[in-house]
Amino acid sequence: MHFPILTSLIALPIAGALLLLFVPDDEHGDGTVRAVALVVSLLVFAETLLLWYHFNAASAEFQFVERHDWIPAFGISYFIGVDGISLLLVVLTGFLTPIALLGSWESVHKRTKAFAMFVLLLEAAMIGVFVSLDLFLFYVFWDAMLIPMYFLIGIWGYDRRIYAAIKFLLYTMAGSVLMLLAILGLAYMHSVATGSYTFDLLQLYEMSIPAKTQVWFFLAFALAFAIKVPLFPFHTWLPDAHVEAPTAGSVILAGVLLKMGTYGLVRFAFPLFPAAAQLFAPILATLAVVGIIYGALVAMVQPDMKKLVAYSSVSHLGFVVLGICAMNMQGVQGAVYQMLNHGVSTGGLFLIVGMLSDRRHTRLISEYGGLKKVTPHLVAAFLIITLSSIGLPGLNGFVGEFLILLGAFRWNPKMAAFAATGVILSAAYMLWMFQRVNYGPVTNEKNARLVDLRTREWFVIVPIIAMAILMGILPNIFLKPIGPSVQRMLNQVQQGSAPARIEARR
Amino acid sequence: MIASLNAIVPMACVAAAGIAAMIAEAFTAPGERMPIAPLGIIGLAGAALAVGALWDHNASSFGVVAADNFGLFVTAILVVVGLLSLAISAPAIDREGLPRGEYYALMLFAIAGMILMATATDLIVIFLALEVLSIAVYVLTGIRRESAVGTEAAFKYFLLGSFASAFFLYGIAFTYGVTGSTHLDRIGSVIAAQALAPTPMTMLALGLLVVGFAFKVSAVPFHMWTPDAYEGAPSSVTGFMSTGVKAAAFAAFVRVFLSAFEPLRASWGAVLWPIAAATMIVGTVVGVAQTNVKRMLAYSSIAHGGYLLLALISGNDIAKGAVLFYLLTYALTNLGAFGVIVLLEDRDRPNDKVSDYAGLWNDHPALAALMTIFLLSLGGFPPMAGFIAKWYVFSAAVKAGYTWLAIIGVLTSVISVFFYLRIVVMMYMTPSGESMARFPAVPKLAGAALVLSALAIFYLGILPSRFIDLAAASISSIF
Repeated sequence: MHFPILTSLIALPIAGALLLLFVPDDEHGDGTVRAVALVVSLLVFAETLLLWYHFNAASAEFQFVERHDWIPAFGISYFIGVDGISLLLVVLTGFLTPIALLGSWESVHKRTKAFAMFVLLLEAAMIGVFVSLDLFLFYVFWDAMLIPMYFLIGIWGYDRRIYAAIKFLLYTMAGSVLMLLAILGLAYMHSVATGSYTFDLLQLYEMSIPAKTQVWFFLAFALAFAIKVPLFPFHTWLPDAHVEAPTAGSVILAGVLLKMGTYGLVRFAFPLFPAAAQLFAPILATLAVVGIIYGALVAMVQPDMKKLVAYSSVSHLGFVVLGICAMNMQGVQGAVYQMLNHGVSTGGLFLIVGMLSDRRHTRLISEYGGLKKVTPHLVAAFLIITLSSIGLPGLNGFVGEFLILLGAFRWNPKMAAFAATGVILSAAYMLWMFQRVNYGPVTNEKNARLVDLRTREWFVIVPIIAMAILMGILPNIFLKPIGPSVQRMLNQVQQGSAPARIEARR
Repeated sequence: MIASLNAIVPMACVAAAGIAAMIAEAFTAPGERMPIAPLGIIGLAGAALAVGALWDHNASSFGVVAADNFGLFVTAILVVVGLLSLAISAPAIDREGLPRGEYYALMLFAIAGMILMATATDLIVIFLALEVLSIAVYVLTGIRRESAVGTEAAFKYFLLGSFASAFFLYGIAFTYGVTGSTHLDRIGSVIAAQALAPTPMTMLALGLLVVGFAFKVSAVPFHMWTPDAYEGAPSSVTGFMSTGVKAAAFAAFVRVFLSAFEPLRASWGAVLWPIAAATMIVGTVVGVAQTNVKRMLAYSSIAHGGYLLLALISGNDIAKGAVLFYLLTYALTNLGAFGVIVLLEDRDRPNDKVSDYAGLWNDHPALAALMTIFLLSLGGFPPMAGFIAKWYVFSAAVKAGYTWLAIIGVLTSVISVFFYLRIVVMMYMTPSGESMARFPAVPKLAGAALVLSALAIFYLGILPSRFIDLAAASISSIF
């Protein structure tokens, strides 16, 4: 019996949140609250690194598996484990949470305690989503995650925060309840076939589902994930949620939450329903490409930096979905890698925008200009993260986009060609924004005496930059554990879809 | 001889407490304070002990009351309802100056009627129980005699409830005409014999019984009385009747329709399908438009009745267990929410507008957190019990092949989240402006009861297995 490291990863943030209950909620308590939350989230991060260290990268199997009966009458178990696909997403969650906490120390003044509690609970739920191997457990975490995020946006957000919070919650929920029914349908089919219910993902992988049923189930799952990603045309909640959320909320939303959609496609929708996936992949990919170009074009005309970054997410996540739809090694590996990249670089961009908005209380591009002379360090960090976001070789974004385009080209050259324009467009909108904010003369007096990076902000931004460079120069460290698991998942999809396709043709 | 009385012991305990409460009230000098609530607690505790002792014994009394596990499970739920109701009633009685003895006596008699309804196996006894509980609840609804709204609510409730009783009684009469018996077992065997060719008379009997039950569980289109009665009654009574009456009525509904009329499931299923769909849809959609918290929860309770109907229609083993689990969860959650409402009421202002809750987080963080837990559980969020309950019902529906009804169910529960969250938005995200209501201090007993129900909600949401197994074991005893 080894140490239940995954359970402890979920339990530690919850324990931290409960511990915070006993800290007084006033001016004096704030320092303690921040310290406790930061220490807990750093411990979680350290533990995720430990997990990675002990992870056998050569194996495609699920590791650190724990399984306990939970609701035996329905074959529901507490069944968790990680493979190469989820491992790094767990690490990413551990990496971004302390940064998000640290990054909002100055912008969150009221109710610090509740804020820290919600962030920690959110972290527990996010890790839970990534490690669940039981569909019921997965759904519980998936839904439970909405509540802390709802409060984070609704209480600590900007002006239209209530609208954004409710929209976020209802959109995501509307998508996911149909998935719940599909999950129930799957379990029921299993009970018809074998006589017992199960929500065990590995057993459900083995089940052969008639092609027509697969279509319905796939649509229910894909809708939930498409809203979460968000895939065009289900993206309208995202700009609102991002713009209105506090910095920490945006970082976690962009960094981790959006990945749950793409992760869900890789982990659940595609391997569970391979025949339907084969059928719908071109449609999903088309929506993804439309999203890449649409997101980029809309981002270009945004006057608000945060909104610009939000739309850039729509564009970047389009790449991830395209890579998944390509269903080959490069495509999917690139997609998983790009999930991590996007977490790092978009998280970084939101942090930078947050720092500017902490100083000036505006996010409008037109309010800035010439910052390079005033805050050189901040602008340097801004530049590196911008370049990483647009995929400059040597930084992280390049590797992921390159792999995805390679995979997409092997699958469908036309899609790849259209998607590639997104790379150019992203360079255009990001650099144009960067130029308007940072170059030229200082046109607005208020910008003349802005403070450069503070010590705390150095601690926030340096890890992001270090990660961006590391992932750009040594991608193999990260790609190595991803590979075998992706291969296993691809085999599953190909084996599963072959007989079903013949059946459909008949 | 004595043994044949076993099955009515739980009911008798509660009824005795009710009588004791009346006597205690009669011997109390004016101005003297007599502790009457503890009598109720003793009676309910006795009922709880009796439930424990009778479990698995399948006792039956006079051939018309059966203390099978199904009835005992519902009895246990009713005991929980009773205890929580007593806990949240005390502050309401003090504040509103309600007649203490009458209030407690009526509440205990109503619970006795509910327990009888849950354990009765004869239509006439079910009717008797229905009247016992209904009359007590009518009076409780109008117990604030000087309040015009309360009197109006009680009158409406009484009038429509009498119609429902009449329908129900007609249904019993026709059933007797067709089958020659009012006993469920006898009815079941006769119906089973003619199941392939049900006579028009049978269908008429069935229809009348459906109408009678639909009134009591406030299913659309027989729900009209619900919002008015819920709004007009004192909040502690609303909490009591929204959970207790529903639990008792659904217990009888399930018992009658899934045992005696089970062979005709195709026929009554086709009738209840649109009723269930309309109940879920109307309950949630109209709930969105409400600005009064009690009215909003009235519509929410209509919608929850719709989910229970969904389980009833599904009719399989999962569904029967689901009804029990759902009723338990719903009782804890809804009474919790009404408990918070009671505690926020003030002598001169009801504080029951949604906007009155603005900034509650600042004034009463604990109450705001409790209310949030109850509301999120009603909305069906994990890790609260409401999620497991809904999941249980939907899995029954999926298994029974009622996919469309299940889709309506999940989509309406998303809509319902919208109005539950409006209260959360008010409490947490809206600054307390001018409308800021002054909230009274929280009495300890009621506060403790609410905390306990919140803990129970988390327990049932995180470790539901024990109670799912219990519910499954309860239904295997009779169906």
